[in-house]
Amino acid sequence: MQIFHRSTNTISRATIYGAIFMVAASLWAVLELQRSPYITYAKVARPQPVPFSHQHHVAGLGIDCRYCHTSVETSSFAGIPPTRTCMNCHSQIWTNAPLLEPVRDSFRSGKSLVWTRVNDLPDFVYFDHSIHINKGVGCNTCHGPVDGMPLMFNYASLQMEWCLDCHRAPQKNLRPRDQVFNMRYEQPSILKPVTLDGKEYTDQLSLGTDLVKKYKLRTVADITSCSTCHR
Amino acid sequence: MEEQKQPVALESSAPVIGPGHSFATVTDKISAIVLTRPTSTGWFVGFGVAFLLTMMMLFAIGYLFVRGTGIWGITIPIGWGFAIVNFVWWIGIGHAGTLISAILLLLRQSWRNSINRFAEAMTLFAVSAAGIFPLIHVGRPWLAYWLFPYPNTMNYWPQFRSPLVWDVFAVSTYFTISLLFWFVGLVPDLATLRDRSQSRPAQIIYGMLALGWRGSARHWHRYETAYLLLAGLATPLVLSVHTVVSFDFAVGIVPGWHTTIFPPYFVAGAIYSGFAMVLMLAIPIRKLYGLEDFITERHLQNSAKVMLATGLIVAYGYAIEAFMGWYSGNRYDAFTLWNRLHGPYAIPYWALLICNIFVPQVLWIRKLRTSPPALFLISGVILVGMWLERFIIVVVSLHRDFLTSSWGMYYPTRWDWMTYIGTIGMFLAAMFLFVRILPMISIFEMRTLLPEAEVKPE
Amino acid sequence: MTIEEQNGKQRREDVCPGKKNQLDLDTARARIAETKGPEFWRSLEELAGSSEFQEMMHREFPKGASEWLDAVSRRGFLKLMGASLAMAGMTACTKQPLEPIVPYVRQPEETVPGRPLFYATAFTLGGYATPMLVESHLYRPTKIEGNDKHPASLGGTDVFAQASILEMYDPDRSQTITYLGDVRTWGDFLKSIRGPLNAQKAVQGSGIRILTRTVSSPAQADQLQSVLKLYPQAKWHVYEPINRDNVYAGAQMAFGEPVETQYKLENADVIVSLDADFLSAGFAGNVRYIRDFAKRRDPDSGNMNRLYVAESTPSSTGAKADHRLPVRAVDIEAFARDLRRIWESKSDFVALAGPGSGAAWAHKHEYLEMVSAVAEDLKAHSGSSVIIVGDHQPPVVHALAHAMNQALGNVGKTVIYTPPVDANPVNQTESLKNLVADMRAGKVDMLFILGGNPAYDAPADFGLADALKNTNIPVRVHLGLYQDETAELCQWHLNEAHYLEAWGDARAYDGTVSIVQPLIAPLYGGKSIYEMVALLAGQPETSGHEIVQGYWKKQHPGADFDAFWRKSLHDGWIENTAFQPKQVSLKPVQIPDYAASDAKSIEINFRRDPSVYDGRFSNNGWLQELPKPMSKMAWDNPVLVGPAMAERMGLRSEDLIELELNGKKLTAPVWIQAGHPDNSVTVFLGYGRRRAGRAGTGAGFDMYPLRYNATPWFTTGVAVTKAGGTYKLATTQGYQTMDTPEGARPLVRTASLDEYHKEPDFAREDEPPAELTLYKPYPYKEEPYAWGMTIDLNSCVGCNNCIVACQSENNIPVVGKEQCVIGRHMHWLRVDAYYQGDRDNPKAYFQPVPCMQCENAPCEVVCPVGATVHSTEGLNDMVYNRCVGTRYCSNNCPYKVRRFNFLLFQDWETPQYKMMRNPDVTVRSRGVMEKCTYCVQRINHRRIDAEREDRKIQDTELQTACQQSCPANAIVFGNINDPESRVSKLKAKARNYSLLGDLNTRPRTTYLAEIRNPNPELET
Repeated sequence: MQIFHRSTNTISRATIYGAIFMVAASLWAVLELQRSPYITYAKVARPQPVPFSHQHHVAGLGIDCRYCHTSVETSSFAGIPPTRTCMNCHSQIWTNAPLLEPVRDSFRSGKSLVWTRVNDLPDFVYFDHSIHINKGVGCNTCHGPVDGMPLMFNYASLQMEWCLDCHRAPQKNLRPRDQVFNMRYEQPSILKPVTLDGKEYTDQLSLGTDLVKKYKLRTVADITSCSTCHR
Repeated sequence: MEEQKQPVALESSAPVIGPGHSFATVTDKISAIVLTRPTSTGWFVGFGVAFLLTMMMLFAIGYLFVRGTGIWGITIPIGWGFAIVNFVWWIGIGHAGTLISAILLLLRQSWRNSINRFAEAMTLFAVSAAGIFPLIHVGRPWLAYWLFPYPNTMNYWPQFRSPLVWDVFAVSTYFTISLLFWFVGLVPDLATLRDRSQSRPAQIIYGMLALGWRGSARHWHRYETAYLLLAGLATPLVLSVHTVVSFDFAVGIVPGWHTTIFPPYFVAGAIYSGFAMVLMLAIPIRKLYGLEDFITERHLQNSAKVMLATGLIVAYGYAIEAFMGWYSGNRYDAFTLWNRLHGPYAIPYWALLICNIFVPQVLWIRKLRTSPPALFLISGVILVGMWLERFIIVVVSLHRDFLTSSWGMYYPTRWDWMTYIGTIGMFLAAMFLFVRILPMISIFEMRTLLPEAEVKPE
Repeated sequence: MTIEEQNGKQRREDVCPGKKNQLDLDTARARIAETKGPEFWRSLEELAGSSEFQEMMHREFPKGASEWLDAVSRRGFLKLMGASLAMAGMTACTKQPLEPIVPYVRQPEETVPGRPLFYATAFTLGGYATPMLVESHLYRPTKIEGNDKHPASLGGTDVFAQASILEMYDPDRSQTITYLGDVRTWGDFLKSIRGPLNAQKAVQGSGIRILTRTVSSPAQADQLQSVLKLYPQAKWHVYEPINRDNVYAGAQMAFGEPVETQYKLENADVIVSLDADFLSAGFAGNVRYIRDFAKRRDPDSGNMNRLYVAESTPSSTGAKADHRLPVRAVDIEAFARDLRRIWESKSDFVALAGPGSGAAWAHKHEYLEMVSAVAEDLKAHSGSSVIIVGDHQPPVVHALAHAMNQALGNVGKTVIYTPPVDANPVNQTESLKNLVADMRAGKVDMLFILGGNPAYDAPADFGLADALKNTNIPVRVHLGLYQDETAELCQWHLNEAHYLEAWGDARAYDGTVSIVQPLIAPLYGGKSIYEMVALLAGQPETSGHEIVQGYWKKQHPGADFDAFWRKSLHDGWIENTAFQPKQVSLKPVQIPDYAASDAKSIEINFRRDPSVYDGRFSNNGWLQELPKPMSKMAWDNPVLVGPAMAERMGLRSEDLIELELNGKKLTAPVWIQAGHPDNSVTVFLGYGRRRAGRAGTGAGFDMYPLRYNATPWFTTGVAVTKAGGTYKLATTQGYQTMDTPEGARPLVRTASLDEYHKEPDFAREDEPPAELTLYKPYPYKEEPYAWGMTIDLNSCVGCNNCIVACQSENNIPVVGKEQCVIGRHMHWLRVDAYYQGDRDNPKAYFQPVPCMQCENAPCEVVCPVGATVHSTEGLNDMVYNRCVGTRYCSNNCPYKVRRFNFLLFQDWETPQYKMMRNPDVTVRSRGVMEKCTYCVQRINHRRIDAEREDRKIQDTELQTACQQSCPANAIVFGNINDPESRVSKLKAKARNYSLLGDLNTRPRTTYLAEIRNPNPELET
């Protein structure tokens, strides 16, 4: 007496093999999801009270980063400009542009603007801008082409593996200190060499390795110690 | 029963299978329990109780997740309490199954055939019970998966120096292999049930599980190879798992943990408690389901002998520990010994010595070896003793270590007890289900024990 | 409603102070509607500051009140949240919520977000200021440090100063002005007070009584004087339960005037303490004294001092003594008199000392030996010795000490006399007595209780609480930080501004004036005493700033005032305000003859509590959980009993006993304290508060009912009987001995000075060779920095200051009594106290134990997820966000310095605590292991600063929190790869040893063995 149809054999074989792939696929999906913008917000613009355009202010008007982010060279925190900084100019120009009403209102009432934080690290991570700037890590190395962002978003995933990529091989990203705030800076190449102390560099690796020495970077072992970022 | 022909030539007196059985009777008797016989009220009562205990465990664990491990008695310095004690205890119990199935198979101890099936089941359930504890005892159970190596966004791997990581692999491998071994062994019997069951659903379910087994020579050939291979795989595991578990302690520097003798005497202890559990289950089962013919005095005796032997190894372990405490001249080890004998936990320690060393010596007496009630009792005592042993190792070593200023005491809370008793409930519930829906004795392997199975020399 | 009803009502709500201040929005709006005109806006703010905010604060109070005492009911809701989070976590990808970021509108120039600022101010206790620098993150004070430039601090603080920051953020602080328990505004108060005050003008204020605590503030004293000018008949009373009446009376007796006595311990070779616990917080000038004492404990200096202590209850001072004699407080006088033998010849002293009393003690061989030895030693060190007397000893003993110091020629060298720091050095007990008398006589129409809690801590026989309740004084005003027992009995309660929120000034023990400047605007819009007194002086609207600055403008007129003021604020003290030494001469006054005490009758000692002082800090979780120096007791004040007496009475620790004194009975648990004198019990004040707050209410036992006006400090004749039953006490230390059945363990290593000279490296034991490890050792020597620490057991006086400093710096939670009992306290740094030898008079040792930062750390190899690993600079990093909480590391830590969050110990809801936390340290959650990190946040900051300036970290610029706050300089931290650093030099010393070094853990924290300097004649 036959309980099952003949096809059951094939079906069962298929399922047995299929199962393996199903499991593998779902695992892969989870890992991908973890790294996706859905989780990291990477390259996703965030709602802001005022649609402030870095593109316009940096590329268009050529304002230096430090004009607004004043403490970036001296403090762990780069600094968000107080309303006054905006008003320095906007008390003169666009004085009654409706878009800027929240700014003027804040200045009048003394109530702060409430922005949405864009580059937001977890609270157990202690990042220090000043030391990165000081060791020749360019703004756009992490923040990306800010001068091309009409609305601000975080360029990188800001996940630990991303931090470690650089901390495990800093020479891949270093640049001369005087180029740190240069948004147009490009890594050295045969076509666009970079000169440092009179020496011409045509590839990032040799430049980076020399900068590591010049700027007295701590060893990779040092800067990958847990307490470098976690306390 | 001189004239009665011994089925298998073994020097022992009692037969491994009662007289007067044929292929048919064996099959009937065993499959009937599952298929035809009505379920006794006793079964329902027993299962009900066990099930309630399981629910209690789930409640305790739920509360644990809400409040945190602080609901237990653990503290600084006693960072590990009941959870780890029970883990080691269960894992230990989980050893008998594979030992019986795999090692005795390779050693051609065919008397194992009647007890290996439920010994294996018992192993599976014990290991699952054990597996719960390492998961729930961590402070942030929802992150326990970090112990597994996988490419995470932290770009960070587990620390392979830690015995806990070894545990993860040892236990999960052991569980998988045991499961496969058990299932493969079941396939032919599942087919038998499929063919004998009347109801359609039963036929389908058993059918699916039987994986289309037809009993052809090719099937049998493949089966034998697979089974043998698995046995070969399982055998080292019997030794490895508890060795790794013992490393959790041996690797630590806590006086009372830091001992090289742990691996052998943990393994011995595991088999010791494992067989105790097998007997505790076998004795009532054979009585209730009238399987005295299949699980005979012989099995009881052999198990008793194994217990006696492993028990002596364990005793030797204790002796060496004590001796080293004195001989090493290490002031901390010496104190640990003193503390076990005279400290606040002296009573559990003496109780442990009585349960694990003195009581089992009565097994030298043949009369007791063959009396089911006595064996049942002694097995119980041994199981208690083995639990106490783990309690002494985990708690009593920790509560007084190096700095007198940080000595402390451990008082288990009701949540500790609820979780522990709960797992026993879960274990029993699973056993009840098993004996009800699967053949608790391997039908076809029993058949091979019958005289008819022997190939007559022409 | 009548006051009686009022009291009844409040008593029902005793458990939850402030709850009755809740306002529902409608009443709030109604109240706004009532008020009109300019007042409207103010009261609106105040309502915002009071009602809703308050309601938010107090909503879960009936439960919250007992929160820290009962762990089970703790924040169940949050746990559920935690659980649901847990489930979220299981999905393997946790998504961060969008966070707002809020810039200034106009940013003050001096602020750089991310970099803290430090402001100088001062903490005042009993009138004595502890000058300090307060760390402020974006104008939120987060950490208190000593003012290292100030002679009274030199960088050290005491536990009370350290913990006072928690007091400021205490959510249980009184947050509104109340009248009969209903919320009022400052405006309402002004209105209601105006009439009565005018009425008083007519009678020259004969009905006005002002009760303050000890006032050392020049500005405030000046204010009060002007009030008294305005109302000539008004009276200013002063009372604190822990007062210095006896000190000033003693000076009066000896010199005819109340002078302040200062000690110069750096010049003292021999120190004799007559029941003076001068090395512990609460003793005037202790911070500086500890520093000077410790400086002279260096065995290599060749001029190590010697300390004799005769004391009535074991104290950290006694623990440091080279020779200690347990003596009942009543018998200290005998001891003092017997020392007299030295100067038989000196006539002026004979007159003073009266007949000898050694006879009473003749049977006590030990005693006589000690006295004569001390006498000889003092004689040998004339001019370089000092005799210090405890504040609680009767005037005669102080007088004797003055006389002896004089006779020894110590005055001017080790002892100097100055005008009193107390601006109004009246006998405070008398002062309060008169006040109560006036109250009962109905002479009082307006009573202003400014600070203080007399209803709780006044002498029992004054019945002050009863007087407040039943003598219907028309206007009773209480200004205080809490809705306490006194507030309950006054119609008006004004919520006081904390000293970190208000302007003021105060004198340090040497007279130096510090300006107290606020670190933050009053959280609940409270008023300071200055502003309150100004109101009485007729200037209701003057701010504290105007008052203090105004006063000093008067003192320092001239064009350069701004510069002067700026400098004073910046430095933290006003120059040339220290008192000049005062020339005083002994008066040959007749003092009462000695009446030998009854050696048989049992003595009771009342002492300030080492943790909660007189009760004012009883709602301070940090202090409540701070183990007392000798007993390691937290959250309670058991009765201390000596071993001999306990044996006689068959008492065991935690037994309940009944104390009976003058008919008053009181039941409390017993703690058997090694080294406590026989026939004597010690009780500590400040516990058993009824209305303290969630931490203080119900903790411990109130001992004030036994404390009488006549015998405020000690008296014989107390009846002690076993009451039956026991009471669970929470001690944080498992065992207080190093002895085990298998021999004593060499945890604290010690030798006498001679032994040390014979064998300097006695403490060293040969550690196993470094290469004795399976793992490849890391080349730490090649790193620019290798952090290490030494703890000098010789200097450490067990003051516990490091513990509180660490707790404050590292956001360490308070766990509550229940958890302490189980042994789950969270202190990263603990101070172990060990006793050895004769239990009646043992030797005691302190050993601070932070994480040892072992180079071969046993915790690291066993962590399955690598949450604790070594940094290249030798730190044993603990990564909270990686920890899954297996607790394996703690099991494997031989020093048991790791702490585990068994439950959600950290308070995540209370907004005040969020403001208080150190933003540079992760706030740990449930299920995570934590431990000392050598203040890695400080290391990183200093390193980054140094690297930006392209230099190395200087040895002096980097300090751990414990090191910085240590008044004894016992803890030294630094770079052991730099041979010139202090820590390297100390580690090179012969008496440097590592704890449990035989385990080959290679700890980076090592100890300098303790060297005692016993008198050869007393050597046994």
